[in-house]
Amino acid sequence: MNRLHVQLPGLNLKNPIMPASGCFGFGKEFAKLYDLSVLGGIMIKATTVEPRFGNPTPRVAETPSGMLNAIGLQNPGLTKVMEEELPWLEQFDVPIIANIAGSQMEDYVKVAKEISQAPNVKALELNISCPNVKQGGIMFGTNPDVAKELTEKVKEVSSVPVYVKLSPNVTDIKLMAQAVEEGGADGITLINTLLGMRLDVKTAKPILKNNTGGLSGPAIKPIAIRMVYEVAQVVSIPIIGMGGIQKVDDVIEFLYAGASAVAIGTANFVDPFVCPTIIEQLPRKLDELGFENIQDCIGRSLN
Amino acid sequence: MEELTSTIYAMTLKGSLVQEMKEPGQFVHIKVDEQTPLLRRPISIANIEKERSEFTVIFRKEGVGTSELSKKRVGESLDILGPLGNGFPLTGMHEGKTALLIGGGVGIPPLYELSKQLNNRGVNVIHVLGFQSKEHMFFIYEFTKLGPTFVSTADGSKGTKGFVTDILDQEQLNGDRIYSCGPTPMLKALEDRFKDQDFYVSLEERMACGIGACFACVRKVKKQECGHDYKKICSDGPVFHIGEVIL
Repeated sequence: MNRLHVQLPGLNLKNPIMPASGCFGFGKEFAKLYDLSVLGGIMIKATTVEPRFGNPTPRVAETPSGMLNAIGLQNPGLTKVMEEELPWLEQFDVPIIANIAGSQMEDYVKVAKEISQAPNVKALELNISCPNVKQGGIMFGTNPDVAKELTEKVKEVSSVPVYVKLSPNVTDIKLMAQAVEEGGADGITLINTLLGMRLDVKTAKPILKNNTGGLSGPAIKPIAIRMVYEVAQVVSIPIIGMGGIQKVDDVIEFLYAGASAVAIGTANFVDPFVCPTIIEQLPRKLDELGFENIQDCIGRSLN
Repeated sequence: MEELTSTIYAMTLKGSLVQEMKEPGQFVHIKVDEQTPLLRRPISIANIEKERSEFTVIFRKEGVGTSELSKKRVGESLDILGPLGNGFPLTGMHEGKTALLIGGGVGIPPLYELSKQLNNRGVNVIHVLGFQSKEHMFFIYEFTKLGPTFVSTADGSKGTKGFVTDILDQEQLNGDRIYSCGPTPMLKALEDRFKDQDFYVSLEERMACGIGACFACVRKVKKQECGHDYKKICSDGPVFHIGEVIL
């Protein structure tokens, strides 16, 4: 029996490690470095109905223990993702979680309906938390009623389970989690990036052309852990945790806090081999901690 | 580690990845320290010594990352990803041809390896190098050994006062192929001047991954300015033919 196996709605994961959306493109760059079939799953880059170029550069700025990004959901659009990116990923034995975004509810519905038909898409991740697009994105992620309604609408048309990716840029993350659970979400992924800003000391102007961007990296891990811990206590649907994971111990922390699996984002940019490295280290870490299976870690910090 | 000026450093590294270096103009992605700064630093390769498995990067001490990097000493090791990107093409350049290499400031280093390889092919190489002032100059002697070298300084403390374009006006320089790396305003001025010629430029942008996954360093494709077509500087570039992307 595979000690790392995790079963979630729609997702039969050989291990709980997957690259986070937006930090792995559609896998092509990393496939040159290792076999993507070792991954538990892949959360592909957010897909919108039409292609998007995204924001002007500079799009990234480094911060202490983290980075700001304002990519702006650059993607080739639904048609190209359906015709090229997803079929290409079929060569790997790995479930795909399709991250979908839009500027109005109809966009999400359209993308969800089509993309959930792709044979290797085993779940959707509703991106209602991108801080870098003017319309949509985070607008849906900060109002519980809107988030609930969007979840319901997407659930109606999706052929696969729906996970909702929550924004940490809210006063009470628990309310958002409960709202999407009521809306029929099969799971929750959290956290997306925190809205932040950096100024150039010489020019007094923001470094990012978009002015603000989403903060990610190890700096946000304590916030992510706290939010997973809080949400795990108020919902009964599974959580995929993310935010600042760099090492195998970080994964264990997220699982203890109540996540059933995790996603790794920014760390892929620093060490492109971080996902396979952590997957390899997990069994030894379980031995060290005295656990038989990865399941034994999940929610251990909760009462 | 060698201090070339008060802010420019040359660092020579040894490792097996040197054997994978193909064209001049590629870069390496350097993890300066385990924790801080978090991201790697993309730095172009200035010199390759394959038989010794060594290469040199020349960088300017500017922010947190390059300041930390400048403190490295002989014997330390560094986590390096690379070689990355596509460099300056050499195909078509052979004996009897002339290459004009134009560099500005910290954009100059990759032109050194380029000039070496062009020289090995018997190509005549002319260098035009622009600096802020005499104090900022580096590698002039090394370039002079490879071919005629013209220098400009913005303050006139050495060579022609002004910019590389002033030298080009003065000397009426041209080549069968032109290669350039330097600040964007310089590249834009050169683009106007050489737009119909065989002209390659190397671009710079803030990067995260360096391998094409994060979409931080994109440029719009020229022929479709309002469209969605783009090139990534890290993995499609950093060297592009003029007219390929919007500078």
